[in-house]
Amino acid sequence: MSRRKTERLLSLVVCLLSTRRSLTAAQIREAVPGYPESFDAFKRMFERDKEELRELGIPLETDLAGPGDEEAGYRIQREAYELPEITLEPDEAAVLGLAARVWHRAELSGAVAGALLKLRAAGIDAEDTTQPGIEPRVQTGEAAFGPLWEAVRDARPVTFSYRAPGRSGSRRTLEPWGVVNRHGRWYVAGFDTGRDDVRVFRLSRIEGAVTFSGPPGSVTVPDGTDVREVVRGWDSSPPRHRTATLKVRAGAGYGLRRGAIAESPDCAGWDAVQVSFSDVGWFADYLASFGADVIVTDPPDLREAVIRQLKGVLA
Amino acid sequence: MTAAPTGSQRLARLLALVPYVVSRNVVSLAETAAAFGVTERELVDDLNMLWCVELRSPDPYCPIDLSYEGGEIMVTEAESIARPLRLAVDEASALLIALRMLAEVSPAGSSALSRTIAKLEAAAGEAAAISAQVQVQVDKGHADGMLGRMQEALGSGRRIHLRYYVPGRDEATERDVDPMRLLVVEGRTYVEGWCRSAEGVRLFRLDRVLGMEILQAAAQVPPEAEPVDVDQGLFRPSDEDVSVVLELRPGGHWVAEYYPCERVERHGDDLQVTLRTPDLRWVRRLMLRLGEDGRAIAPAGLAAQVREEAAAALALYAT
Repeated sequence: MSRRKTERLLSLVVCLLSTRRSLTAAQIREAVPGYPESFDAFKRMFERDKEELRELGIPLETDLAGPGDEEAGYRIQREAYELPEITLEPDEAAVLGLAARVWHRAELSGAVAGALLKLRAAGIDAEDTTQPGIEPRVQTGEAAFGPLWEAVRDARPVTFSYRAPGRSGSRRTLEPWGVVNRHGRWYVAGFDTGRDDVRVFRLSRIEGAVTFSGPPGSVTVPDGTDVREVVRGWDSSPPRHRTATLKVRAGAGYGLRRGAIAESPDCAGWDAVQVSFSDVGWFADYLASFGADVIVTDPPDLREAVIRQLKGVLA
Repeated sequence: MTAAPTGSQRLARLLALVPYVVSRNVVSLAETAAAFGVTERELVDDLNMLWCVELRSPDPYCPIDLSYEGGEIMVTEAESIARPLRLAVDEASALLIALRMLAEVSPAGSSALSRTIAKLEAAAGEAAAISAQVQVQVDKGHADGMLGRMQEALGSGRRIHLRYYVPGRDEATERDVDPMRLLVVEGRTYVEGWCRSAEGVRLFRLDRVLGMEILQAAAQVPPEAEPVDVDQGLFRPSDEDVSVVLELRPGGHWVAEYYPCERVERHGDDLQVTLRTPDLRWVRRLMLRLGEDGRAIAPAGLAAQVREEAAAALALYAT
């Protein structure tokens, strides 16, 4: 943006904020220096300027006085423009300083910088705390995060290609309800219009570009939706309603002992350990990873599954 | 990632500059330049541009009057831009999402956090609404009071003794650590410290700490201890690591997603992945877990070792 343009936009903002009544385009051209002589050239430039101000988040209002567009009036309402009064205590400013570092180098770090600029302008200094505390970070390595955040923010449907491991890819159309980070991975939850049901997608499995497939405001999130619960329900393992009895070699199997229901010495060099599990296939794979340090005593189907798994290694 | 300075950023800065000075009455050029991340020269150029704003109608007038004589800025006439612009949706959301994430981590639900969240929500108004649709969840997983005691050790600068579970090796290890800081990365809480047995900086996941004791000795973090740059990812392969090549059937494709791989190639329905590790024990455990869904290609001898372990385990079932 040229210096002249910055000067003109600055004057335009001051002018539209100062006026009590809406100003027509002609009145604005009179008041704000820097617009060209020709009315057509002025109109084009003014259109671009309005767009520029809206992109900055400046609430430029248009009143249509009559049917003729020429009579439209413009102004910026102070109440809509101004950040309300906000003051922070020192401990609150310290917390804000910590929060400001969360997006460090991630997708929304630019937005944080913009917010801090305005809060500083309101008299708040987010303190850079050095006291021993916690340093939290969020990463947004997934390319899909940016467009999906915009889609959620603007309530727009999206389409993308999706591939779960070991399956073939498919094209999805989604009305996104929200984005959730769980175990350090990003997920998007929403209504899959192709499948006619609620679905959750892992962002790292989205291949290629995410494109908008509808206008802003065309997605309605059902009342009472808790996106976090939607993602949790999709991701979490079923309740562990079965119990296994294992022989675990003494001094080994810490991963199993940590979550054990009961643990007691068995024959020499072995302990008897009871653990709960839900899925035989998944749990048998996990038990096989302990090799000769774990033997399944009971139940028989789990014992068979581990033997099958170990034979698979030899196959 | 910060966007390159553009004209609209300069306009945003100009609009923030007047309220910045107004809210502080008088403020030095040096302090203001530092706060806005510009040089004093750039700042003076901004101030001049503000001072030169002129409206020509109905009567010509200059709405902004300011001075910066003697290096002190004062605004005597701020007209309509005495207050900063409202927070945009992105801006309010970025801070609120981060604050709510902090609220999950903080031990006792800090009151400063909830007060800050409430104030920011009130100031942001409608712009705050969308932020609830983005959430960062942090796993607890560690024993009650663990976080508080880690903070205590950090605050008093004391060494700690850790009993720590290493799942890849299925081992409980004992070590003395000089703690450096607490981190929340990838949804989990870690203590970073100088490990006196490894003689290096290590990250310890709090949910894998089996026991922890604050020692009498003062922590002595050597000057060469470099904090881990967590933005580069937690796993950093080193030159001494062994390169491992695995072939994965569809049932084992999750490995490519779960572990950081150097290379992933598609061979028909199978994937061939290359990863680096300082310790082959966890790879052997992984191969036992994969069963017929995975095959070790390199290093030579790995596949044979895995078969040996499987055979030894099967022998236990035969008796």
